[in-house]
Amino acid sequence: MTPLVELDNVVAGYGGAPILNGINIEIHASDIGVIIGPNGAGKSTALKSIFGLLQVTGGAIRFDGEDITNRLPDALVPLGLSFVPQERNVFTSMTVHENLEMGGFIRDDDLSGTLSEIYDMFPDLKAKRHQNAGELSGGQRQMVAMGRALMSRPKLLLLDEPSAGLSPRYMMEIFEQVVRINKTGVGILMVEQNARQALGFASKGFVLASGQNRFTGTGQELLDDPEVAKSFLGG
Amino acid sequence: MNRRTLIFFGALLAYYAIAGVFFGAAYISLLSVQALAFALIALGLNIQWGFGGLFNFGIMGSLMVGGFAATTISFPVNPEFWASDGPALLGQVAIAAAIGAVLVIAAGQAHRIGITGRWKTTLQVIAWFAAYVIYRSRIDPAVAYIEATDAGWIGGLGLHPILGWIFGGVLAAGVAYIIGKVSLGLRTDYLAIATIGISEIIRALIKNMDWLTRGTLTVSPLDWPVPRPQDLQAMGLAIADSFVVGRVAFFGVLLVVLALVLYLVQRAYGGPWGRMMRAIRDNHIAAAAMGKDVKSRQLEIFIFGSVLMGIGGAALVTLNQIFDPGSYQPINHTFLIWVMLIVGGAGNNWGAVFGALFIYLTWMLSDAAAQFLFNGLSDWMVTMGWPGIPDVQSRSSQMRVLILGVVITLALRYTPRGLIPETYQARD
Amino acid sequence: MNELIFFFNNVVVSGLVLGSIYALGAIGVTLVFGILRFAHFAHGDMMTMGGFVAFLLASLFAAWGLTLPVPLGFAVLPLTFVITAALALGIDKGFYAPLRARGAKPVTLLIASIGVTLIIQGMIRLFFGTGTYNFFEGAPKELYRIEVPLEEATRTINFSQPQVLLLLVTVVTVVALHLFLTRARLGKAMRAMADNADLAQVSGINTALVVRVTWIIAGGLAALAGTMLALDVTLKPDLAFNILLPIFAAAIVGGLGQAYGAIAGGFLIGFAETAAIFNWSILLRPFRDALPEFIEIPNNLALVPTEYKLTVAFIILVITLLARPTGIFKGAST
Repeated sequence: MTPLVELDNVVAGYGGAPILNGINIEIHASDIGVIIGPNGAGKSTALKSIFGLLQVTGGAIRFDGEDITNRLPDALVPLGLSFVPQERNVFTSMTVHENLEMGGFIRDDDLSGTLSEIYDMFPDLKAKRHQNAGELSGGQRQMVAMGRALMSRPKLLLLDEPSAGLSPRYMMEIFEQVVRINKTGVGILMVEQNARQALGFASKGFVLASGQNRFTGTGQELLDDPEVAKSFLGG
Repeated sequence: MNRRTLIFFGALLAYYAIAGVFFGAAYISLLSVQALAFALIALGLNIQWGFGGLFNFGIMGSLMVGGFAATTISFPVNPEFWASDGPALLGQVAIAAAIGAVLVIAAGQAHRIGITGRWKTTLQVIAWFAAYVIYRSRIDPAVAYIEATDAGWIGGLGLHPILGWIFGGVLAAGVAYIIGKVSLGLRTDYLAIATIGISEIIRALIKNMDWLTRGTLTVSPLDWPVPRPQDLQAMGLAIADSFVVGRVAFFGVLLVVLALVLYLVQRAYGGPWGRMMRAIRDNHIAAAAMGKDVKSRQLEIFIFGSVLMGIGGAALVTLNQIFDPGSYQPINHTFLIWVMLIVGGAGNNWGAVFGALFIYLTWMLSDAAAQFLFNGLSDWMVTMGWPGIPDVQSRSSQMRVLILGVVITLALRYTPRGLIPETYQARD
Repeated sequence: MNELIFFFNNVVVSGLVLGSIYALGAIGVTLVFGILRFAHFAHGDMMTMGGFVAFLLASLFAAWGLTLPVPLGFAVLPLTFVITAALALGIDKGFYAPLRARGAKPVTLLIASIGVTLIIQGMIRLFFGTGTYNFFEGAPKELYRIEVPLEEATRTINFSQPQVLLLLVTVVTVVALHLFLTRARLGKAMRAMADNADLAQVSGINTALVVRVTWIIAGGLAALAGTMLALDVTLKPDLAFNILLPIFAAAIVGGLGQAYGAIAGGFLIGFAETAAIFNWSILLRPFRDALPEFIEIPNNLALVPTEYKLTVAFIILVITLLARPTGIFKGAST
């Protein structure tokens, strides 16, 4: 079975020295993949390289078997990829509803079905649908951001530190939604700082350091690995 | 100076020489002096934009201020004005202005007696308004009186033209201080529009303050720091020779000024001051974090650049012997300088000088070339039995505006760093 | 009463007219800034260009013997809109797009807009000379007089036909723009891109398309403003360069990137200008007899002499920059 997304020995960076020095990642539609690692390991860079936000200089990225290396975002969204950036991930001057509509920009069909699914998933948002996204709390913004990304009905959702800066309550809620989204057949690849919690529900874990794969396994395998625990999970 | 620079300046010399063969010594000597003045102005813009990264769309304002200064200092004294009640009335204006200033300053200190916040702002607005009313109540009758008498305007001071140039620099510095205080630290686009606004206001003032500048009535003839052609003719020189000799002497004076400025700026820019300016320009946030007082340094550089523009503007007016506020246009006096700097190479003094000399001659020649072309075309159309081009003269003289636009577009596209680029570091 | 009508004609009517022109111009400036992040200084010249396009079309139709109950310059507005929008697209493709593709900073585009200014000015002057043109050659502009149903009122409230048409155009434009920005998918995408260009790109919004739409709107509105301004006064090559400052002031006062702010800013500046140059002593004259002897009403109580009208926009601009640099409607801050 072809993986949903496959990073094959990818080398990438922002123009200077490469930040990723040949990494390999493979995710199936049923997977929740979690990338962990120290600061500067290239975790976010890996996500951005998939989404065409920086220059890939070596290796290849394939989506559903199709080579998508260095394609730009507006070509990737129609294929079924969606990305939630870590920061500035909502349109602050637009209402929650408009934010979600923007996520469905590429679709020509009726959005109302997907909209109500997302409002069901995040009931908080339904109440605030006509409020500007800039007025929401951090957790609610993260929900808007995820909702926006789901509006294009992606096959693969890329999440850059979705729990950053959130209270434990919101963090748990976001993680629960991630698992639920995955159950509907959407592959997930996320970068997380809260490594322990994230590996707890991950089907695949990737430990990156200095732009290279250090450990790969199921979430549980990594949690159980004493070396991973010692170096990357804070003992 | 590296080899590239030398080659470009060599080519420039040849360009002027060839133009001289075609247009005669008198005309090319005039263009050369004017071009030198523009080189001084372009250096000023290079300091502001090339070194400091400060946008200035108000060059015209500095040039007009400089021209006004040169006129007022060097034009002969107007005895009719000094014999009238004018000086006394203007004295009252000065007192009114002083009272207004005291009011405004006092309102600004209102927090010392416990008035703060909204109330202080209200008080300040009232103070500004009161000051304005007091000033207007004195200036309006004074202006009406002066313009109604035979004197017409206050006249000049009859001093040496070089003093006028210096005063032009000083006055431009004062204006730059006010602009800088208000708009430095704002984003580039705001600085651009603020400077364009100030320069338009300066133009409106100088054009309409007939009592001070004689407005569109123009003032002439002005004195030169060297004997003028008419002085040389009085001394017995042939007319044709007198223009060349006078202008060459003027050229010498300006060349000394330019060389001095260039030497000082080059030295300063190569030293620690230049390093600091580059640091601020390329990353003012980092520079501020390192403890540099970014805003005062920028103010300094903005004023310094404006001084050169003021001096250049003064020299141009002195050279032309006439101050005509109606002749100043943003295209000729602001955008032209930008084209010079962008084509020459922002951030490089030699580039700025080269750009000024090269673009000025091209600008002036394209006028003649277009005239020639259009006349030819029109004549040909007539011989073909078609109607000729109406207003050939005025239309073809607009051709150079088009050429200027094409030149800067091509420069931005193909040599974004200029023909003689900055040697330190690349910016976009 | 007559004095009040005089005031109405000179401040309210003129303010509305001036404000409409400024608003139409400022919307274009603010949209271009919101999407492309640079101050488009050639916008005034785009307005002039639009005015000349309309003039050419109107002359063409007049030469064919077409006569209409409205000025021809007004009748050709839709066509002018389309042509100027196309020219604006062409200008972007020829001048700005290559620089953007190179990754040039916004300030480089700002400098490039000087080049565009010079080229448009040069072209217009080359083909039309430096003289002024009148849309109403020979025939005077129609004047609408509204009687005030009061006994003491002998004066009438006056609108010229172009002024009425201008107000009409402005209202239609503002409503259409509002509907576009809040209802249409592309309009919302425009707001999204102005808000957060990176996120718009990530969302799969076709940013190149949004840029094109922005130029179409900016160019089209510039054409409307330029033509209506030329109808109200006369057409000359430096028509719009002179109102560049008020237009930018309006856009900045309203908050760069904010379309509604630009409209508000345009009318604010328009009314401020007409109020500042109005001779307020006219309003005081009826009370002349009621005042004690020693108070004499000066003949001229205008706040600013007409020749310094420009300072009004500038002072409002400076106050805004000092007190609230992001504008009344909180524009882009970076």
